[in-house]
Amino acid sequence: MLTLAGFGGLALVACAVAPLVGSTPIDVRRVFDRSVPFADNVHAQIFFLARLPRVLAAALVGCALALSGVVFQALLRNPLASPDTLGVSAGASLGAMLAIALNADVRLAGVPAVPLASFAGSLGALAIVYALASARRRGSSTTVLLLAGVAITALLSAVVRFVQFVADSNQTLQSTRWLMGSLDVGSYPPLVAALVPTAAAAAAMATLPRMLDLVSVGTESAAARGVNVERAERVALISASLATGAAVSLAGPVAFVGIVVPHLVRLIVGAHHRLVLPAAGLFGAAFLVLCDLLARTLMAPVEFPVGVVTAVIGGPFFLWLLFRRR
Amino acid sequence: MNGPHGVRPRRHLPTVLLVVGATGLAVVLMQGWIPSKETAPQTPSPAGPQTQPTRIVSFVPAVTEMLFAMGAGDRVVGVSSYDRFPEAVRRLPAVGGLIDPNVERVLSLRPDLVIVYGTQRELRGQLDRAGINQFQYVHRDLADVTHTIRAVGALLQWHTAADRLASDIEHQLELVRQRVAGRRRPRTLVVFGRETGSLRRIHASGGYGFLHDLIQLAGGEDVLGDVRRESVELSAESVLSRGPEVIVELRYGQPLSFDAIEELRREWSALPGVPAVRNGRVNVMVGDEFVVPGPRVVLAAERLWTRLHR
Repeated sequence: MLTLAGFGGLALVACAVAPLVGSTPIDVRRVFDRSVPFADNVHAQIFFLARLPRVLAAALVGCALALSGVVFQALLRNPLASPDTLGVSAGASLGAMLAIALNADVRLAGVPAVPLASFAGSLGALAIVYALASARRRGSSTTVLLLAGVAITALLSAVVRFVQFVADSNQTLQSTRWLMGSLDVGSYPPLVAALVPTAAAAAAMATLPRMLDLVSVGTESAAARGVNVERAERVALISASLATGAAVSLAGPVAFVGIVVPHLVRLIVGAHHRLVLPAAGLFGAAFLVLCDLLARTLMAPVEFPVGVVTAVIGGPFFLWLLFRRR
Repeated sequence: MNGPHGVRPRRHLPTVLLVVGATGLAVVLMQGWIPSKETAPQTPSPAGPQTQPTRIVSFVPAVTEMLFAMGAGDRVVGVSSYDRFPEAVRRLPAVGGLIDPNVERVLSLRPDLVIVYGTQRELRGQLDRAGINQFQYVHRDLADVTHTIRAVGALLQWHTAADRLASDIEHQLELVRQRVAGRRRPRTLVVFGRETGSLRRIHASGGYGFLHDLIQLAGGEDVLGDVRRESVELSAESVLSRGPEVIVELRYGQPLSFDAIEELRREWSALPGVPAVRNGRVNVMVGDEFVVPGPRVVLAAERLWTRLHR
């Protein structure tokens, strides 16, 4: 419990401090100064229109990716599994690429075309994965599902590259940048839209810890202990995919968070999912908020992709943790 | 040699590999940075042509436009897949683009001069082996437009026409410059791409290159003038903190309807505090002349001027 409170505190502090720091110095008193109209208060505008949605997006995406990483690693019984493994991420990318290349300009409740198409793409990929998971004969190993995921990812990525190739140069620039991930969401509606599926997924995952503990050891022993393995797998697959789709459609693929944060957290709190799940969600949020803070300030005013920071910081740190306790 | 001594070399292996790898990387990077003769911009191959080139293939739309504007258009036998102007290029065979040149088609056109980008190393090697002369184009700033026209003219032994065209462009640009002399320069942001329907992934002209030069020439103060890059990706925060007084959003490729343009302008209202948004000075300008640094820079400069100093 104390550990969880620690992770919660870390996430809160990160979310509270990050909006105050950035490439432009802002004055907190002037941010909340009501005597100046909002339209004239640049400090308040930078805080509320630029930084706050961005920090919240980072927290949401970090949390969603870390949670789905935990669930996929347990479900597939593979430490290398990540939110990208089953092709949901590639489906989201394909959706976004199509929206960019076709210059789609639809809008739903304030959410622009690219995140909409991206989320639709992730649902499409989930449908394929789900159909394959149901079709797989009882008792066959999760390796089959894993390999199917690799094949789907390869296929969808090939289509992504084809779409990029036929698009014109400006669209190719846009799509290449989309594939590097960005948390500068620019407004609140996409954030709210991503929060809904993520919250639903997190609620579903809250029912899973015990089953994940047993399933990650082996489906036979789980079944022997009275777990409805098939149902648990279904809930796990859908909730983790939804969270991934929401995260990727909001920010694009952000490398590394989904695979490494779960491991980092397990090294600290142990293997029980009752602890690992909430701790990973909180730590994922804090981690991505801090990485994005670095991405937007280190070379200011030029920003670089947050995925670069997550990998550069997370990689060596993870290696150190891994080899420290041999 | 058993025991710890036997193990030691193996322990050093990772360090050795790391050092070797880092050194290799450094060497490769340094070669990219140090300008070699090979990458020197805008020089024809050492074995310059003794005769006038009469069959020219151009991978560079800006140079294609220059060739036509100096009256040498009838010598162009092939153009890139991105050439759209002047109208006559649409009838010419397309030979691919910057990253996907079609060497076979180039060779089949039997050119005696190929206009290439300096970065098309592979293509340049193939043309060298085929003994075909090249002109290396490098995309930099506004002054390079007329430099390139004169250099191409010299290569074609077409000096007079090329020089007349270049001087004319310089004169017209100078007229625009004089018109804005002494006037207040509005802080200007020129955007050439962003995610459809939102203010995300805004790509804008930085403080270097042909668009930057055009902003300054047409009487604006580039809000990103201090960022020495040709293109900058802007966050919402940067737009707010830099507070441009005029925003010019460029569109090219296809014409846009009035409604589409109004919609693009309206999307900026998500950042209401930016002076350009508050004062209704968000402009959408459609035209390829803003992305092709050829003879139409004059048109681009004049159009930009109308939006900055009505």
